Amino acid sequence: MSDTARSLVTIFAVLLGALTLAGGFIWVERRLLALFQERWGPNRLGPLGLFQGVADMIKIFMKEDWVPPFADKPVFVLAPMLIMVTTLASLAIIAFAPGLVVADLNIGVLFFLAMSSLGVYSVALAGWASNSKYALLGGMRAVAQMLSYEVFMGLSLMGVVMMAGSFRLTDIVAAQKSLWFCIPQLPGLAVFFIAGVAETHRSPLDLPEAENELVAGYHTEYSGMKFALFLLGEYVGMTVVSAMIVTLFFGGWAGPLLPPVVWFLVKTLFLMCLFIWLRASFPRPRYDQLMLFGWKVLLPVSLLNLAVTGAVLLVRGA
Amino acid sequence: MFSLFKGLWIVLRHAFVKRVTVEYPEKKPVLPPRCRGRIILSRDPDGGERCVACHLCSAVCPVACIALQAAEDAHGRRYPKFFRINFSRCIFCGLCEEACPTYAIQLTPGVEMGEYKRQHLVYEKEDLLISGVGKYPGYNFYRVAGLQIEGKDKGAAENEQPPVDVRDLMP
Repeated sequence: MSDTARSLVTIFAVLLGALTLAGGFIWVERRLLALFQERWGPNRLGPLGLFQGVADMIKIFMKEDWVPPFADKPVFVLAPMLIMVTTLASLAIIAFAPGLVVADLNIGVLFFLAMSSLGVYSVALAGWASNSKYALLGGMRAVAQMLSYEVFMGLSLMGVVMMAGSFRLTDIVAAQKSLWFCIPQLPGLAVFFIAGVAETHRSPLDLPEAENELVAGYHTEYSGMKFALFLLGEYVGMTVVSAMIVTLFFGGWAGPLLPPVVWFLVKTLFLMCLFIWLRASFPRPRYDQLMLFGWKVLLPVSLLNLAVTGAVLLVRGA
Repeated sequence: MFSLFKGLWIVLRHAFVKRVTVEYPEKKPVLPPRCRGRIILSRDPDGGERCVACHLCSAVCPVACIALQAAEDAHGRRYPKFFRINFSRCIFCGLCEEACPTYAIQLTPGVEMGEYKRQHLVYEKEDLLISGVGKYPGYNFYRVAGLQIEGKDKGAAENEQPPVDVRDLMP
């Protein structure tokens, strides 16, 4: 009984924390982007413009929830739900601190990969169900980009899994007691980070959205709360990817002095700010460049990383 | 590959540069004098209305936001009986100012014209007319034009020759 209560409390704490973080991060992103571009960003509402997110939320709630008459209605409605479900589900396996984890699965990493693969459906179905050319183009790009980057994403993590000897995230964190995996697994980290940017389709790899060419890509036809779900899904996805990088490569909650949760949050927030820094810095690559880079650079790098890690582990074990 | 990191570095450096945003309501920027803002009707140095109700401004207005009616006073001077600008339509293109032969209609550097009611954006003549001369201090249309009005005969204007009798052959 107390176990159930405890896990319920954990679930709600994680859910609330993640959604608040994701929602509040929209403000952080706007302020940071403004900082990089020598502007101020939202600074009117509340201290430092902190309530801007609340105002945006109220506004988006008031918007008409509209389904275009030419859209495939059930799929159109389903698509934004999918992205929220998959990203929130992958949040379940993340260990924020010892004991503060919703489901400490022994296949944690695989679960994360599976959920991010399922997330592709959301974008693809949204593009398809919208029944308009820009949305379809965005959906097509999303499928190609996310499916191919999924491959390296998985492969880049296998080095970590080999070194830790487990798919369980708490085990992986425990295995980084002496040395964070970001040092021996640096190529894996680089590939995973780039693949993570592509998976959450954040700028500069935001080809499915690409507002300069495709209006808004796969969510061109969406408005109101459904659009908000996509937006929030993207931010939660960013949080999850950052949290995964922290867990797998930066020693998770480990750190001196401060409590483990704080360390985890600090590291995650730092990585999320890195996402924004990338967005402020780089232009979007062309579509074929993206694919070329993926298959001709990232795939060999991750395979090489995998082989070398395996060889080193084999020699050491022998 | 190296250029990517260089780009990141440059962007990071820009985070510590002074921000260029002018925080408007607290800090009002000085608008240039030729800025095309609020439209006014000016008066000549003697205090008379400059507008002669020629309808050129309302004819040239691409959004047809100017409405006026011509009238003539006891001195033979034309003036607008009413002059109405609908600022909810106005696009501040400045064509009326260019078309105006008497420098009467002028665009001034004022942009704070927000209203809560749309009807309040329709400015009547008394809202538009200012007491000053605007951008052209010394100009008085009737003093330079050849038009005959009370107190100024033909040929009496500045830089004007006395009228010639065209039926007379003598030089």
